[in-house]
Amino acid sequence: MRPRWFAIFCAAAASAAPVTLIRDATVLTVTKGAGKGSVLIQDGRIAALGPNLAAPAGAVVVEAAGMYLMPGIIDCHSHIAADSINESSVSVSSMVSVEDVLDPEDIAIYRALAGGVTTANILHGSANAIGGKCVVIKMRRGKPAAELLFEGARPGIKFALGENPKRRGSPSSTNPGDAAVLRYPATRMGVEDVIRQAFTEARIYQAQWQAYRSGRSAVAPRRDLKLEPLVEVLEGKRLVHAHCYRQDEILMLLRVADEFGFKIRTLQHVLEGYKVAREIAAHGAGASTFSDWWAYKIEAYDAIPYNAAIMHRKGVLVSINSDSAEVMRHLNTEAAKTMKYGGLSEEEALALITVNPARQLMIDDQVGSIEPGKAADLVLYDRHPLSNYAKVQKVFIDGQLYFDRQKDLEQRAARQARKQALLDREKQQARPSAPQTRPR
Amino acid sequence: MRFLGVRAGPRVLIVLAFWAAAVLRADAPAVYAIRNARIVTVSGPELPKATVVVRDGLIEAVGEDVAVPVDAWPLEGEGLTVYPGLIDGLSTLGITDESALAPAAARPSSRSSVTSSPPGRPAAGPEDRPRTTSWLNAADLVRITDRRLESARSAGFTTAVTFPARGIFAGQGAVINLAAARSGGLVVASPVAQYVSFSSGSFSEFPGSLMGLTSYVRQLLLDAGYYRSAKARYEKNVRDAARPVYDRALEGVLAAPRILLPAQTRTQIARMTHFAAELNVPVVLYGVHDGYRAAGVIAKAGVPVLVSLKWPEKDREADPEDTDSLRVLELRAYASSTPHALAAAGVKFGFYSGGIERPGDILRNVRRAVDAGLDRAAAVRALTLSTAEIFGVADRLGSIERGKIANLLVTRGDLFEERMKVEYVLIDGVKYLPLPEAPPREERQ
Repeated sequence: MRPRWFAIFCAAAASAAPVTLIRDATVLTVTKGAGKGSVLIQDGRIAALGPNLAAPAGAVVVEAAGMYLMPGIIDCHSHIAADSINESSVSVSSMVSVEDVLDPEDIAIYRALAGGVTTANILHGSANAIGGKCVVIKMRRGKPAAELLFEGARPGIKFALGENPKRRGSPSSTNPGDAAVLRYPATRMGVEDVIRQAFTEARIYQAQWQAYRSGRSAVAPRRDLKLEPLVEVLEGKRLVHAHCYRQDEILMLLRVADEFGFKIRTLQHVLEGYKVAREIAAHGAGASTFSDWWAYKIEAYDAIPYNAAIMHRKGVLVSINSDSAEVMRHLNTEAAKTMKYGGLSEEEALALITVNPARQLMIDDQVGSIEPGKAADLVLYDRHPLSNYAKVQKVFIDGQLYFDRQKDLEQRAARQARKQALLDREKQQARPSAPQTRPR
Repeated sequence: MRFLGVRAGPRVLIVLAFWAAAVLRADAPAVYAIRNARIVTVSGPELPKATVVVRDGLIEAVGEDVAVPVDAWPLEGEGLTVYPGLIDGLSTLGITDESALAPAAARPSSRSSVTSSPPGRPAAGPEDRPRTTSWLNAADLVRITDRRLESARSAGFTTAVTFPARGIFAGQGAVINLAAARSGGLVVASPVAQYVSFSSGSFSEFPGSLMGLTSYVRQLLLDAGYYRSAKARYEKNVRDAARPVYDRALEGVLAAPRILLPAQTRTQIARMTHFAAELNVPVVLYGVHDGYRAAGVIAKAGVPVLVSLKWPEKDREADPEDTDSLRVLELRAYASSTPHALAAAGVKFGFYSGGIERPGDILRNVRRAVDAGLDRAAAVRALTLSTAEIFGVADRLGSIERGKIANLLVTRGDLFEERMKVEYVLIDGVKYLPLPEAPPREERQ
């Protein structure tokens, strides 16, 4: 039993999320099987689950007979809710951070909720060998940017290999002096060199700080915002999410990381991962891939729909991601494809969009499955979520209702009326009340 | 810039203007007394019928029982209202040097001689100090020949905080009076702030994104702090270590007592108040049109703001078939209620012209804020004393008090009435008449 003061503290922290009982749903826990039952939410957390739970006095009861409850979907690769994505001017842009430009009013947050997504890894783009810093957010729509951040999630950084980071600029630009704009590197070899060079600098920088902290040097080094996150990578404090496609570049990165003594937390896209799954598993990297999205460029041609299943069977921690505000709305369908292509079980398929990405982001102690003590991030579907016909009915984050299909439908007319009123008002004001003095 | 086209006209005009200014100054009485006027002191109670005496450029006395000194030139104030001269909180008034004005993004090919990056090579990181001219000082750039000074005076403004406006760290602002016999005489205080804009450049030059801009501002301010302590260490013992390398970009950042950061939408406001808390320098936000939704956030952060009076409007060239999003429509409908919301939340705020072409439109736009609920006294304060406080010059400007600089606006009718007429202004105790009212001009394309 938790001490009483702790419960009070939790209640305050969860900004008084109501006690809620979701009754008689088919509960897909993902980690502990599935079955008919109820889930009790208290203080923003899953307090209990079981077949015969009574609603405490004053609890909100959600009648969910015939419906399916699963953990909130976690998208390990997203670019929503940010005002800028790529700092593409430099080959190492680790000084920039998505956290600085989070846009909590992005409509894509609401659409993600409507697709059952409760948590996402918001990544910098793939224009640079070493890209910017990333953050994990919850879809707490209506909250300011700082409150979107997933508490306790380890920060990340984006790496990118292959065609994107070796893109050199735009020779077709009309900007004079564009020859100078062309950026290093221009080859995959160059990408490797950029990463080695950056981490060599980071080691020197790390040594300078160590010298200062141990008193061997009297003067603190100048803070370098580019190298600081790389030192965090070396020290295991920041997770590396590396955009990649081809087997050769994947092996290159794993070797470079081994050489410098850091880990690649996830390989993103990783469409040729099925070819080097054992090596990926040996390094301990996760793989976050698409179900069946490929051939949009040369390096993305040698892809197969069995990629996720093969990597999973070879011991790689696999997730399915969206990389798109649109795909994000039906990640459940994306996961279901691995049942057809690779024969994964229902539970394995659901794990690809829930507990597996949670493990990749090292937040699985908080989210990713329906277990007592975890955050009440839950999605209620009208049908089994692996069915094409499933529609999200309700989404809870920290026990609070953030999406309700019924409410959404009810509010549409009122929103339209509000908009029309503003349009009418503007038209009214634009109408010239006096004779026009300015010739057209 | 449009006024430059005018400036390029016959030089004779400019010479004439110099001469006229000199003559005016020579003839101007040193002592004025405006009597029987309604006086809005701003710092104290409003005086329905009182006298203000101005001597040698300063306010000598103000009050209901103040006698007109024998040596004073009396000005009858019956039916007139005296306000402190209005202050434009953020402008480029007085600066005519194009290289300090033109937004860098507008003409990527023309690289100013004063920008720091070497020509032909795009900035590859913060160390190249991209689009930074932090050392430029508005006080060095202002000229009495700027024709905009006269039109701003005609709209009731006596003072402006003026900035070089090109680039990310554009330069240091100065509080200037809008008339003087010589350019140097315009400057009241300098430097008062560093102007930071998040102007976007090209993708291929650092910083090429909003993330990059934020990171650059953060790094440059960190570097400035490091530079300051390195210089201090060196000065303590010049024989101990090599001298720090002189860096004009950091010198410029260190010279200014505060920085101006842009924040228009609620998201940007929250972002910048968050950022301000992290920076080791006082911050003033400017823009703030979405402030009606973010007044609480601003109040909590304790950051003063400058509200742009160029209220958002529907783009005239917009496709009539296009419908803006609800959020954009709401911003246009409610932006002018921002000052009221700020006042209610206890936020210190001033106004700025924000690129309004015709100075006459400035007060018209303040009236929209008054229509949206802003108390008239609060509106006057925002146009005068609050702005002076934000820039640390409230000891000499912004209200009608003994000892302050004699910058006064004299109107017929209340400032926020449609029929209000500017009778004259006093700047440093010198009287300036408004330009004759121009007929409505054709919109220039």
